[in-house]
Amino acid sequence: MNKALAERETQTGQKLTFVDCDIHPVPRSPKDLQPYLSARWREHAETFGGHVCQGLVGQLPFPRMMAAGMRADSYPSNGGPPGCDLEMMQRQHLDAYGCEAGFLVALTRSGMDERNLEFGAALAHAINDWQLHDWVAKDNRLKAGIVVPQEYPEFAVAEIDNRAAEHEAFRQIILSPRASEPLGRRKYWPIYEAIERNNLVLGLHPAGLSGGHPTSGTGWGTYYMQEHYGFSSSFAGNVVSLIMEGVFERYPGLKVAMIETGFSWAPSLGWRMDREWERNRKEVPHLRQKPSEYLRQHFWFCTQPMEEPEDPAHLSDIFDWIGWDRMMYSSDYPHWDYDDPRVALNFKMTPAQRAGILRENARALYRLS
Amino acid sequence: MSRYVVGRAADVAPGTSKLVTAKGRELGIFNVGGKFYALANRCPHKGGPLCFGRITGLAQSNGPGEYRYIRPGEFLRCPWHGWEFEIATGQSYCDPKTMRIREFEVAVAPGAEVVKGPYIAENFPVSVEEDYLVVEI
Repeated sequence: MNKALAERETQTGQKLTFVDCDIHPVPRSPKDLQPYLSARWREHAETFGGHVCQGLVGQLPFPRMMAAGMRADSYPSNGGPPGCDLEMMQRQHLDAYGCEAGFLVALTRSGMDERNLEFGAALAHAINDWQLHDWVAKDNRLKAGIVVPQEYPEFAVAEIDNRAAEHEAFRQIILSPRASEPLGRRKYWPIYEAIERNNLVLGLHPAGLSGGHPTSGTGWGTYYMQEHYGFSSSFAGNVVSLIMEGVFERYPGLKVAMIETGFSWAPSLGWRMDREWERNRKEVPHLRQKPSEYLRQHFWFCTQPMEEPEDPAHLSDIFDWIGWDRMMYSSDYPHWDYDDPRVALNFKMTPAQRAGILRENARALYRLS
Repeated sequence: MSRYVVGRAADVAPGTSKLVTAKGRELGIFNVGGKFYALANRCPHKGGPLCFGRITGLAQSNGPGEYRYIRPGEFLRCPWHGWEFEIATGQSYCDPKTMRIREFEVAVAPGAEVVKGPYIAENFPVSVEEDYLVVEI
């Protein structure tokens, strides 16, 4: 399959290798987490189940066009949902194209959505154990993302400190961008302090409904296409919040990986913030640089879903603004909008720029050896 | 152009498809209402394994509140990003100006004509009673 692409690799004399900043592991069933839950919370899960901020428990809030939003060819033959089978993940993605390292973003049953904070903490703790024992221990290319219920900062801080000390595979913290308040608010600062203290990365990925908000600022949309577009605008809102509240003045070492957020909006957001800041900066005197400077200094952007302008060369201009050292390849395996590492970066760039996006930038951010 | 025997016509029932290899290429052979078509198993959009996609029709509308589902079974939806292609022509529906998948001609040839080559003996049962699918690449 795809012989033409295989030939292209041979002709250039280089085998494709990459670091993938967005891979979704999924439990085969709720039973996968039982070994990592105490008897008290196993019993709670069986008796009550989850209490999340939407009526459609166990369903996607927006129906998707096929395969529940998964790659239709990623269902394991031995049952279970896409993303539950390491062997299939290796065959379809990790081994197929030469993955050096892959960052797990665990969205399912992660506790981020749970209104019962103690249960949410137990689920997050279980998901973190499960990532380590069921994934990292079986394929050490995989790196884990610590999941925490961000409405419970006391637990989150302890979990971050403990996991960072426990295993080097824990390289970042995954927070939902749809928290009960914008992410720059003070209640979340202890989490940022713990991330900075442990020299980890804050990973933001569309996840959870923990605050009960739609992705849009205008209320609940009708179509999945609205939700999907809204990922970008809701992230832009959180970027503005983190910058304007002064998070990066307080935590200058905080680094944020923007995962599946889109990126072509970043330059126009920077221009707009700077323009308003020049006129209104008395309102936010705690900011000591232009808002766009915080954006360039503290944020890294993942490529998937790759923007597809009519003229692919326009992506070059956007990368120029964000910084070629700030763009990182991501696949989103096994979701339907998966980006293949061989074809995702299909516009003109130098070999060094390509290597940076495919590998080097993520290696540097996450301190991979 | 070379001719490749890729299977028996009877093995691909109407409304179904079969993945085959010819000249080192993976192809999907589709039977749409008794007519056969072959498409390369590579989506021109982002390289997905196109022929594993669902066979479908088109949802069309003249305006909000009006919906028609037409031509069921004549389109193929990529299993990754959902691009839809007309099986008969390889023409994409969503953006016909820029997306067209590579299409190969499929003929149904009498069995006696194609059993002469070693290719057939090696890969397919020999029967002068059946008709074989031949792909031209």
